[in-house]
Amino acid sequence: MMRFEALRHDKRAAIAATVLIGILLAVAPFLIGSAAGSTWLRIVDFALLYIMLALGLNIVVGFAGLLDMGYIAFYAVGAYMYALLASPQFGLHLPMWAILPAGAAVAGIFGVLLGAPTLRLRGDYLAIVTLGFGEIIRIFLNNLNAPVNITNGPQGISGIDPIRIGGVSLSKPIDLFGFTLPSLHAYYYLFLALALAIVFVTIRLENSRIGRAWVAIREDEIAAKACGINTRNIKLLAFAMGASFGGVAGGLFAGFQAFVSPESFSLMESVMVLCMVVLGGMGNIPGVILGGILLTILPELFRHGAGPVQQAVFGKILLDPEALRMLLFGLALIVVMLYRPAGLWPSTRRRREFKGGAA
Amino acid sequence: MSALLLEARNIAKHFGGVKALRDVSLTIREGEIYGLIGPNGAGKTTFFNVLTGLYTPDGGDLVFAGQKLVASAPHKAAQRGIARTFQNIRLFGNMTAMENIMVGRHVRTSAGVIGAVLHDRRTCAEEAAIRRRAEELLHYVDIADRADDLARNLSYGDQRRLEIARALATDPKLLALDEPAAGMNGTETAELRVLIEGIRADGITVLLIEHDVKLVMGLCDRVAVLDYGAKICEDVPAVVQHDPRVIEAYLGGAVA
Repeated sequence: MMRFEALRHDKRAAIAATVLIGILLAVAPFLIGSAAGSTWLRIVDFALLYIMLALGLNIVVGFAGLLDMGYIAFYAVGAYMYALLASPQFGLHLPMWAILPAGAAVAGIFGVLLGAPTLRLRGDYLAIVTLGFGEIIRIFLNNLNAPVNITNGPQGISGIDPIRIGGVSLSKPIDLFGFTLPSLHAYYYLFLALALAIVFVTIRLENSRIGRAWVAIREDEIAAKACGINTRNIKLLAFAMGASFGGVAGGLFAGFQAFVSPESFSLMESVMVLCMVVLGGMGNIPGVILGGILLTILPELFRHGAGPVQQAVFGKILLDPEALRMLLFGLALIVVMLYRPAGLWPSTRRRREFKGGAA
Repeated sequence: MSALLLEARNIAKHFGGVKALRDVSLTIREGEIYGLIGPNGAGKTTFFNVLTGLYTPDGGDLVFAGQKLVASAPHKAAQRGIARTFQNIRLFGNMTAMENIMVGRHVRTSAGVIGAVLHDRRTCAEEAAIRRRAEELLHYVDIADRADDLARNLSYGDQRRLEIARALATDPKLLALDEPAAGMNGTETAELRVLIEGIRADGITVLLIEHDVKLVMGLCDRVAVLDYGAKICEDVPAVVQHDPRVIEAYLGGAVA
């Protein structure tokens, strides 16, 4: 950590580090693709989606201190927006450039809809209401197939248009001047670009008047009011911003999977995204990104690794890999919370908060 | 005589059967230091909360700087120019001293999400101005060396001063201090007194709730005394000090 902070002061080192990370991110899909295969590249694509979600939730939970347990609902809203506007369901085939902003906006509106009635709630009470909200959205999606079929109910919507950029579909290998870019690689670059955009927006917001107001509300709402902060508007803004990031990620998810169903938006998903934020380091952008990567990759490692490892060691599979995966996941959470209560990579602020005493 | 800054007319506030304020009327003139004293539970803080919009009064009204104060929301009171501190210090503990004051500038600045993301020239200029003003205020209350420390790690006296600086950051016309000297030692109180006099010299009216009688009597131009939610006296300190009702409120009824 010390070395990382030293980088900040040395401009040349910072530029070098940025270039290095840039190159690494650019060649990552080829490295992963050739070393681990397309399954893993797909997982990395998902990791990028989860990073977007975690960053969105971080605004609400990490910055403004509003515990939201139904965050996945906004992911669902974005995903269904894309699914309804670009699939045979209604025969609409709008381009991504129209749907993603619309998805972000509609998710943002849902964020406000959730925020408005819960303005007076905090902590556990807010958690319960938001949890209910998340379930309401999922159940709605599950049941909006009658009397008028909108969401196709539990069957979900299939045959969703792939994401197209300039008329080129990302679902097939793309021919770039004789060089072929596989579909998963193309999605990787698109997701990476949007994830970076979200990182950029989040950093800018964090260091702004708005970001300070969010943290002030987290710290002491009454004092924030006395400082002239319109806590109602600023809280709703946090909900809306966080939700709109979720909406973008949801739209990308729908285009990427070509299929959405209510099953993908269960409470467990909300909990996962919340874990990414808390485990990584609430309120700290690099920490949240780390949380997103770890919690997407590690469970998959268990899923793919637990079987073969047992086979090699014991000659047979003793424990169902799926059960083992959840067991280890729970264990990992407990260990992290015991030994690093502020998260794996906490912000300097929170690190001091948990240490207490002198800074 | 200078103009009226605040006029409270028959302010009433009750909590269930408890009448915390009964028809309290008082006037504060521009540029004065006005003391509000009274025994514990007399309703001083309740009056503060009504004034700053945390409570809605059950009766009466407030006229601030010539306009009726619709004290429905605290942030509106701050916008109108009423800033306050709290009896039990309420800082943003996990923000630095600097950031605490920067939050105080919120109400006088306007950058929104788009400005924050785009960093356009106006937002950058505003941000720089916020920072500059915050630095000035850190120096003003004499805690510039603690700028980057978390507020919760400051000493008690420094926290009090930081809270005053944060309130000043909102560019108030009226600064309401709720027991600023509580828990301070003699030296700290003396420094506080210099600070409050300086604030008044800068043209800001000060409303002071305080138990430290010496401080109130030495500092205030006029004093009002509350007892059981009602104002029993309002005058210059020398008169208030000898008012029999005040003595009775503080010391109980005459024995003989």
